[in-house]
Amino acid sequence: MSTPPIPKPGDNEYFEHDADIGVVGRGVTLEEAFESAASATFAVMADLSAVRPERSVTLDFEEADLEIALVRWLNLLLGLSHEQGLVFSRFWIEHDGVLWRGGASGEPWRRDLERGVEVKGATLTMLEVKQGPDGWRARCVVDV
Amino acid sequence: MDLSRLKQIDNWSWTVPLAPGEARGEVKLYGSRELLATMDDKVIEQITNVARLPGLVGPAMTMPDAHWGYGFPIGGVAAFDPEQGGIISAGGVGFDISCGIRCLRTNLQLVDVAGELPSLARELSEKIPAGVGEEGDIKLAPEALDEVLARGAQWAVEHGYGDAADLEFIEEGGRVAGPVPENVSVLAKKRQRGEMGTLGSGNHYLEVQVVDRIHDQVAAQAYGLREGQLLVSIHCGSRGLGHQIGTDYLVSLAKAASRLGIRLPDRELACAPINTPEGRQYIGAMNAAINCALANRQILTHLTRQCFTRLMPRATLETLFDVSHNTCKREQHVVEGKQRLLYVHRKGATRAFGPGHPALPERYRAVGQPVVIGGSMGTGSYILAGTAESERKAFSSASHGAGRAMSRKQALKQWHGRQLVDELARQGILIRTRSMRGVAEEAPGAYKDVDAVAEATERAGLARRVAFLRPKVCVKG
Repeated sequence: MSTPPIPKPGDNEYFEHDADIGVVGRGVTLEEAFESAASATFAVMADLSAVRPERSVTLDFEEADLEIALVRWLNLLLGLSHEQGLVFSRFWIEHDGVLWRGGASGEPWRRDLERGVEVKGATLTMLEVKQGPDGWRARCVVDV
Repeated sequence: MDLSRLKQIDNWSWTVPLAPGEARGEVKLYGSRELLATMDDKVIEQITNVARLPGLVGPAMTMPDAHWGYGFPIGGVAAFDPEQGGIISAGGVGFDISCGIRCLRTNLQLVDVAGELPSLARELSEKIPAGVGEEGDIKLAPEALDEVLARGAQWAVEHGYGDAADLEFIEEGGRVAGPVPENVSVLAKKRQRGEMGTLGSGNHYLEVQVVDRIHDQVAAQAYGLREGQLLVSIHCGSRGLGHQIGTDYLVSLAKAASRLGIRLPDRELACAPINTPEGRQYIGAMNAAINCALANRQILTHLTRQCFTRLMPRATLETLFDVSHNTCKREQHVVEGKQRLLYVHRKGATRAFGPGHPALPERYRAVGQPVVIGGSMGTGSYILAGTAESERKAFSSASHGAGRAMSRKQALKQWHGRQLVDELARQGILIRTRSMRGVAEEAPGAYKDVDAVAEATERAGLARRVAFLRPKVCVKG
């Protein structure tokens, strides 16, 4: 498992949606695309470049459908983040068939962290996980 | 929106011409030509897909404030008959289950307390937990949370948060029937542990408003409204618990639909027949979340009262009404002359019972249910009254807000939070927030013209205007 870099402002990719926000993750591998989508999701809530990776969580799940796996990955991260009062800035995931194992690191919310908007959950809208000539793209609309 | 795809019925309603057999019911869009022209074409696609779902009764509809959502469009209304294979859809309710508005009327006139507003803004922003990552002082053990889910605002009143008199003016007396706390996941309950009595973020707010204009004197009198009076509107929902139920069931219902052989026009419409274990399980969890939201707004009402009375000891704040706009409710409706028991999804739409409805408190029964169209922080909001015509046209439903006119991304390109806060202060509107980015995303210009939405709501017969409210203090989530 490599340590992913802390995303810089502007690294994250989004697409237009009237009420909510479309997040896009890209990567050479499927896993990188999922990690990138997680970063885009959490960057909606805070400036991730200021978040220190002090505490870590791990998660695992079984899922055969790649698109549903993206939604479950993002929603498990959001659930853990809210349950533990943490904001995450670094993400990792790996999978073997239907078994997915991942994690994230971050820190408790601080008063001086620049805040954005709370993400309530990842949806099935505009959901797509696709491999193209330039690698993988994983996207969906998140409810804010 | 490409209006050539629509057929105009009258000045305030439109339909989508569909080929025979293309859908189970018709599609109806309410609004003026101008409002519809600003909507995304995705609204047509989403509501047409809703019209294809099993067990639909009457048309699948959008309100004048509709915009592109997930699953159903925001502003979408659709009723389903459980005896005809009708479905329940998590995407037809939304993640923020029972998001809604609690409106409080005060005994204060703006002219008498204008000098207190900066102190009040500071007090409210310090005492009302708001914004992403903020928790409240109330920490509930799992058993206590189950009680909240079972008893809603009644639990809150019994534990000292507010008065029994509040309950009469909350939908279903503050507690919806049929909650099943056991159907709510452990993670959903853990997420709610520190979130009772919190506002949340995004478009949620607590606003102190002044009654600027009365449109309907009779209804205003019944609602206890007069020009110059201060009101408070609290816009929030079921917080982390509702969000987690939404995420849990969106995926499980998508899988259930496939397993049960329901052909969905789009997977985002994840649903199950009401009369199946999967459907009943979601309904039990959703009702628990509705009770959570009603308790949450009751606690926030209590905290708001404390803020007012600390500064103005003689202030009173009575509940005018509490109405949810992200729900699916089990209701009796007359369809083609017959009483039917239906499950009415309102996703970003408000219930709007007309005069005489037995569910209304005695005080409002002659004039109809109070309906709130919450506008943006710079423009204003409306209080309306439900009509008998809305029962015939829209299963007693009306608009819930101004409705977004542009995406958050576009808004961020166009406005800066600090500049907006300063500009609104010059207009006499005090904004208190922990997120300047959130302010920019919620810029008044990012929303439709609330006057146009309220007028279209009235002209379409969905509800009639009673009063226009101007914001004075806004604590942004």
